Amino acid sequence: MNSIILQLAAKYLKILFLLFALIALIRGHNYPGGGFIGGLLAALYIVYDSLAFTSQQIEKKLRIHPEQYIGAGLLCALLSFIPGIYSGSSLMKGVWLSLDIPVIGVTKLGTPLLFDIGVFLTVMGVTLLFLFTLSTKR
Amino acid sequence: MTQNILDIAVLICFLCMLIAMLLAFVRLVRGPSMYDRIAAIDFIASITMGFILIYSIVIKKSMYVDIAIIISLISFIGTVAISTYLKLNIKKDE
Repeated sequence: MNSIILQLAAKYLKILFLLFALIALIRGHNYPGGGFIGGLLAALYIVYDSLAFTSQQIEKKLRIHPEQYIGAGLLCALLSFIPGIYSGSSLMKGVWLSLDIPVIGVTKLGTPLLFDIGVFLTVMGVTLLFLFTLSTKR
Repeated sequence: MTQNILDIAVLICFLCMLIAMLLAFVRLVRGPSMYDRIAAIDFIASITMGFILIYSIVIKKSMYVDIAIIISLISFIGTVAISTYLKLNIKKDE
């Protein structure tokens, strides 16, 4: 679509989608949210651009292809399985690590977060792949 | 006493929103043109946000506010998407 208002708004408003995607991802373990919702919101970050311009233009602009997002996400999820074995219990056991970061404070990082990041990337890639496949003319 | 007033206010709010939802639904079903239906869908999303916010007041938890923000973002994208495809169709007809 050729609307200058929408194109200008897309430049600044799309950052909001990415911000909320990251918020939903990080708070997902204890509150509503999580990898799936975050992934959908992160896909909307690019969908909004593709509504303002055409989706062919945006597909060319992307540095990382949607299929690569899916691969990276599945790899992240697979990596999160491994620490469970070395901690002396079964596969996929949640292992938590407390870090004391100067500004943020004590943060808990664990394999569930890594698994969530995997879900996030996979959902984002699948949604974008759907979008770009459906919007191409055959 | 304060709790009593809050209860009554919440009840009135729920009632008003229910009526608004019903009217928006009538517009969605009957709406003569496509534009009426788009406006009705956007309106229903807004009312849903209102429901969630009032419910978060009732149970006194702030975590539902984020859900309202996310619903507003998604409904905005939905409205823009439907409008875009309507515009494309109009161009094709000409």
